[in-house]
Amino acid sequence: MIEITNVEKHFGDVQVLKDINIHINQGEIYGLIGHSGAGKSTLLRCINGLETYTGGSVKVKDREVKELNPRELREFRKDLGMIFQNFNLMSRKNVFDNIALPLEVWGADKTEIKEKVEKLLTLVGLSEKRNAKPSALSGGQKQRVAIARALALDPAILLCDEATSALDPKTTKDILSLLLKINEQMGITIVIVTHQMEVIKEVCQRVALIDGGKIRAEGKPGDIFLSPDTHLKKFLGADEEDEFYPEEGINIRLYFPSASSENQVITKMAKELSIDFSIIGGKLEKFRHEILGSLIINIEERDKEAVTAYLEKKAILWEVLKN
Amino acid sequence: MAEIILTACKETFIMVAASTALAVILGFIPAIILTVTASDGLKPNKAVYTILDLLVNIFRSFPFIILMVIIIPFTRAIAGKSYGVGAAIVPLTVSAIPFVARIIESALREVDQGVIEAAKSFGASNTQIIFKVMIKEAIPAIVSGITLTVISIIGYSAMGGAIGAGGLGDVAIRYGYQRYETDMMIATCVILIIFVQGLQALGNYLYSKLSN
Ligand SMILES: Nc1ncnc2c1ncn2[C@@H]1O[C@H](COP(=O)(O)OP(=O)(O)O)[C@@H](O)[C@H]1O
Ligand SMILES: [Mg+2]
Repeated sequence: MIEITNVEKHFGDVQVLKDINIHINQGEIYGLIGHSGAGKSTLLRCINGLETYTGGSVKVKDREVKELNPRELREFRKDLGMIFQNFNLMSRKNVFDNIALPLEVWGADKTEIKEKVEKLLTLVGLSEKRNAKPSALSGGQKQRVAIARALALDPAILLCDEATSALDPKTTKDILSLLLKINEQMGITIVIVTHQMEVIKEVCQRVALIDGGKIRAEGKPGDIFLSPDTHLKKFLGADEEDEFYPEEGINIRLYFPSASSENQVITKMAKELSIDFSIIGGKLEKFRHEILGSLIINIEERDKEAVTAYLEKKAILWEVLKN
Repeated sequence: MAEIILTACKETFIMVAASTALAVILGFIPAIILTVTASDGLKPNKAVYTILDLLVNIFRSFPFIILMVIIIPFTRAIAGKSYGVGAAIVPLTVSAIPFVARIIESALREVDQGVIEAAKSFGASNTQIIFKVMIKEAIPAIVSGITLTVISIIGYSAMGGAIGAGGLGDVAIRYGYQRYETDMMIATCVILIIFVQGLQALGNYLYSKLSN
């Protein structure tokens, strides 16, 4: 659906995107996470041509974005809705007219507009607010209006630039579940730019970590957050560093694909290897619909080989922690 | 006395109304060109912006009375004569155009870039962005700018007397100042104050009415 290959972006002498390679599949929810200034927005804006790229290729449905002439680009953008951190609604138009604007711009007639906007109002749950001005709405409601507006032209792709960053946690959840619903019911591909981990964990199927204009890690959120590499640890604030582990023996962290398998594996291991170990910590995290966990155990030096061999055999991810 | 003042009111009204209307219409054009060609505009064009910007500044820096004299040939060509109410409208308009252009330009520039970006993201053309988004959003600021314009044109129209256009300001100068008719002076001043107050109140009302 979206193929980004070797993309480079310079602002004057400053290079803000370096050799970016990302392929986003149809119907996927893809996350781009990174600190402020990492280049996330710039990359996102290359997808709908709001920003040009200085090297490489961005193809959306097999069309090279930078080769579109201004007319084609406008037409092309009908297929890509976009929502923003600050909602970007017209303050002097009411909810209905804000949602109607894209349709009006593309010459839809009155009955068509009415029908479409009504449908969208129902979808985002704002039918009663149709005559309200944006100033009379809460942040979450404003973002719902923006989502409805972005969907007005039936796009195949929805681009979200920090869409929940101005919202409180509860409202963030509501907006994310609306996005999930849109993705599942309408099959719209969604690209989410954010600096919030929760957003990625809640809805993304795949995620790329961007730092300093480069992709530092890519994969399923469960995989990359449960066994973070150095870049991700840095992003997450390296809270692991502060953790305290026993100095005796060996500490091993195990990663479980789902919570249910966790107990089984450990109890089985204890039985089959007939060894003693203590559980010294662990965490469970929810990713989209599944719960993934990690567990830290402390074993004796002499059992190390047996335990690691057992874990390898069971295909469980593990790592030895520093004491 | 009442008759003199009534005629003067009528003259002032015609001069101010006509030149405001013309200046707003004609001022919109440079305002839009300035906004579009500015470095953060829809189609940045340094050469066009710089030249137009300079022209606007030049016209704004002429004292009105000098401008009125300099453009007499132009006034004659347009109004057919260089004397009277009709002839005063020309310099009033010419001097107000750059003022209006700046006011509308700054109103348009204040429109949130994010809103413009959103319009681009669903494929609006530049023309649609200007007329359906920027002007629409900027209306309250434009209205309060026009209020300011009307009030300053009332001030300039007092000099209309110099080319026989009459008006309230002219009455105040001729009767009140030159002939020491204090009651005439007071009457015209009171009327002018009421005019300006009323206009400002109307402008403020429209601004708050339009902006929410
Ligand atoms: N129009 C621009 N001109 C110059 N530099 C820019 C421009 N837009 C963004 N940048 C720079 O590019 C870098 C990446 O910005 P951005 O993509 O907005 O980051 P993010 O969205 O990850 O916070 C930043 O260092 C920013 O200052
Ligand atoms: Mg950003």
